[in-house]
Amino acid sequence: MTKANGEKCINLKLKVWRQKTKDPKGRLESFKAENISKDMSFLEMLDVVNEEIIHSGKDPIAFDHDCREGICGSCGAMVNGRAHGPEKGTTLCQLHMRHFSNGDTVVIEPWRSRAFKVVKDLVVDRSAFDKIIQAGGYISVNTGGAPDGNAIPVPQEVAEKAMDAAECIGCGACAAACPNASAMLFTGAKISQFALLPQGHPETKKRVLAMVGKMDELGFGNCTNERECEAECPKEISIINIARMNREFIKSAISP
Amino acid sequence: MKLDSKIPDGPLSEKWDKHRFELDLVNPANKKKFEIIVVGTGLAGASASATLAELGYEVKTFCIQDSPRRAHSIAAQGGINAAKNYQNDGDSIWRLFYDTIKGGDFRSREANVYRLAQVSNSIIDQCVAQGVPFAREYGGQLANRSFGGAQVSRTFYARGQTGQQLLLGAYGALSRQIAAEKVRLFTRRDMLDLMVIDGKARGIIVRNLISGNLEKHSADAVILATGGYGNVFYLSTNSMASNVSAAFAAYKKGAFFANPCFTQIHPTCIPVKGSYQSKLTLMSESLRNDGRVWVPKTPGDRRSPGDIKESERDYYLEKKYPGFGNLVPRDVASRNAKLQCDMGKGVGDTKLAVYLDFKDALKRDGQDIIARKYGNLFEMYEKITADNPYKTPMKIYPAVHYTMGGLWVDYNLMSTIPGLFVLGEANFSDHGSNRLGASALMQGLADGYFIIPYTIGSYLAEASPEKIAVDHKEFNISYLNAEARIKKLISIKGKRTVDNFQRELGSILWENCGMSRKNTNLRKAKKLIKELRAEYWENVLVGGSEKDFNQRLEKAWRVADFLEFSELMVTDTLERQESCGGHFNEDYQTDENEALRDDKLFCHVSAWEFQGNRRKPKLHKESLKFENVELTQRSYK
Repeated sequence: MTKANGEKCINLKLKVWRQKTKDPKGRLESFKAENISKDMSFLEMLDVVNEEIIHSGKDPIAFDHDCREGICGSCGAMVNGRAHGPEKGTTLCQLHMRHFSNGDTVVIEPWRSRAFKVVKDLVVDRSAFDKIIQAGGYISVNTGGAPDGNAIPVPQEVAEKAMDAAECIGCGACAAACPNASAMLFTGAKISQFALLPQGHPETKKRVLAMVGKMDELGFGNCTNERECEAECPKEISIINIARMNREFIKSAISP
Repeated sequence: MKLDSKIPDGPLSEKWDKHRFELDLVNPANKKKFEIIVVGTGLAGASASATLAELGYEVKTFCIQDSPRRAHSIAAQGGINAAKNYQNDGDSIWRLFYDTIKGGDFRSREANVYRLAQVSNSIIDQCVAQGVPFAREYGGQLANRSFGGAQVSRTFYARGQTGQQLLLGAYGALSRQIAAEKVRLFTRRDMLDLMVIDGKARGIIVRNLISGNLEKHSADAVILATGGYGNVFYLSTNSMASNVSAAFAAYKKGAFFANPCFTQIHPTCIPVKGSYQSKLTLMSESLRNDGRVWVPKTPGDRRSPGDIKESERDYYLEKKYPGFGNLVPRDVASRNAKLQCDMGKGVGDTKLAVYLDFKDALKRDGQDIIARKYGNLFEMYEKITADNPYKTPMKIYPAVHYTMGGLWVDYNLMSTIPGLFVLGEANFSDHGSNRLGASALMQGLADGYFIIPYTIGSYLAEASPEKIAVDHKEFNISYLNAEARIKKLISIKGKRTVDNFQRELGSILWENCGMSRKNTNLRKAKKLIKELRAEYWENVLVGGSEKDFNQRLEKAWRVADFLEFSELMVTDTLERQESCGGHFNEDYQTDENEALRDDKLFCHVSAWEFQGNRRKPKLHKESLKFENVELTQRSYK
């Protein structure tokens, strides 16, 4: 289908999870998304649908989003059962409609995880991730008095590995994709970043025990090597970070 | 009221040291008696919250997002400047200071900019200590790259995600203080009003975005770190929630708004595609280190870039500015892209784009090295446009990116309301009329880590404010006003959605108050804004209820403020009858189309005082004195 100006367009049928409040009663509601340009992002498609819903006097679909360039970690939903949709290494805001075909049915649901309660429609409460970081996802230095930045050399490959882990955007796709609703990729990435860098070493033991303990306490499950998290992570963070976390955990648990 | 910038006496390089000595201190045991509100958790807000809590103050921190880690500083790509001179290439504090003053086209304060350059080195040290994984050389030393407006390599970076890594560092420091119960965090809160009691900033009214309830919070001082107002243009590289409402509420309560006409149009963004477009995406300025900007020599040349021979390409920046080449400052690069497109040499479907070509760099360095430097940017570009920049040049066009204007602050970062401090992009102080690349991160963190902790202490020691209860009548008045405004927005039930209005406002401003400005157009814009605002309050369709998670209502409030703020912006643009940096009035240009300043009449900061809804705001001028640098016509040749 082509518009007069040459733009390629498609029509879709949406089935969207609607839930008014955290009270867990919800249902799938159907919408038509018509004349959707293939150059639109997925969220722009939802904008267009929402404009129509508003005009019809109904409540538009609530969804989290902010930077719309794949870095803030606000957006995310299960699209046809896949976290952030079908494209590898892509957040929902960077998923473009050219990856869908005319006539497709698209089912959109919020993250499903015991620790992420639905706030409304596709919006969930991910404050559990903040709590895991608060348990120890930092290096304890006050402002001021830091030594010169070049005082501690960090080998380039170590810095690169730390950066691979540090790229996590905290979107929650890993926990949503995991059959055990585990937060081990998220937690492991932060623990790895600091376990790799010399600045993080003094607190490694304390950090891993505190963060893993908090993760369990908040109701996240364990890792059973399904690797769904790695497959769906929009930043393609490797489960090698989970292995690193486990290694650090065992070391710390044996000789605290 | 006379503006007093409180710039300390003495030689430039000694001002900050001397000032720190002269500032009053709060006894460590007394710090816990003071409560400070911080609004915003970007680089400035998060670093200020963490540092003030470390010092012992009781901090209450607010953000719009569901987590403080999502503030829009996270999206900054290219890097952060510091005068470390690790490269031994001639950098110094003085040179960073000079480049920033010159880059800002001589419309910023010498003393502030010098201090910024001075503390820049401590920022890098602090961030390294926090575990920010900056790029390293093989020997383990910190790596640097070049950025626009400078001829030295002083930019530190973490791939194309420097803002993310610095923000996560500050978020970590903030999280540590939350765990220590020194910071109380309030997420998903929108600041609706500032409380000024007995002439001092004493609290805020916020809306809980989940329940829709309004809340009253009191404090001994308030810090706004609420970012810039670029979304007044609708399409910008700002995040969707970025807004002017908190700053504008402060303006209406007596804080002067400075230089709102100074907006930065970033030269390298992905061009606009269709009418549904919700935001624009930046491609980091660092790409101009290796990418070459060109257009076809012949206007209207529709061939694909691969078919255009070298001899038929116009590398217009390299030709016109041999000294800086593709690394001219942002305002110069943007204006030249527009000039080329105006001549009919633009490329792509809309002809509003120029090429940024990596062919030569790929040939020289190979794909691996280019991928290591810019891999994530190339991937992002391909996701959005379905073009592969390793194979075909990027198409780029300027887009609104940053706002140098903001609430007026003195040397202590205090606004004209005692007890109200403003940090980061939300203030006006350091970038003049054009910000250099990799300087926003530097300023946000300088303000939060190294300046506010000193200056706010002195204010609290001196003012030692009495405790205020949240049932004070001023709180109740503000609460009722905010509630009434929300009810009004919902009750209009008109025919046009909030987005529809914001889109129109944005296009009025982009057409008339964007990269190139004309007096006749500005006058027209003012009229159009007034009409649109009047229609908004009769015909907006918000929907839903106020006691609910209602994202349309959040936006409706913000757009209502943009509709008022935009008029102030145009007023300021008309007032400044010169061109400087990002502010380009077509009547004032050199023979080579460069911005032509008028230092006799306009070497000042324009600070606007609110005079009520129906009266023109009052203009106050802070004249800028240049004692250490000579005012010159900027040249990047």
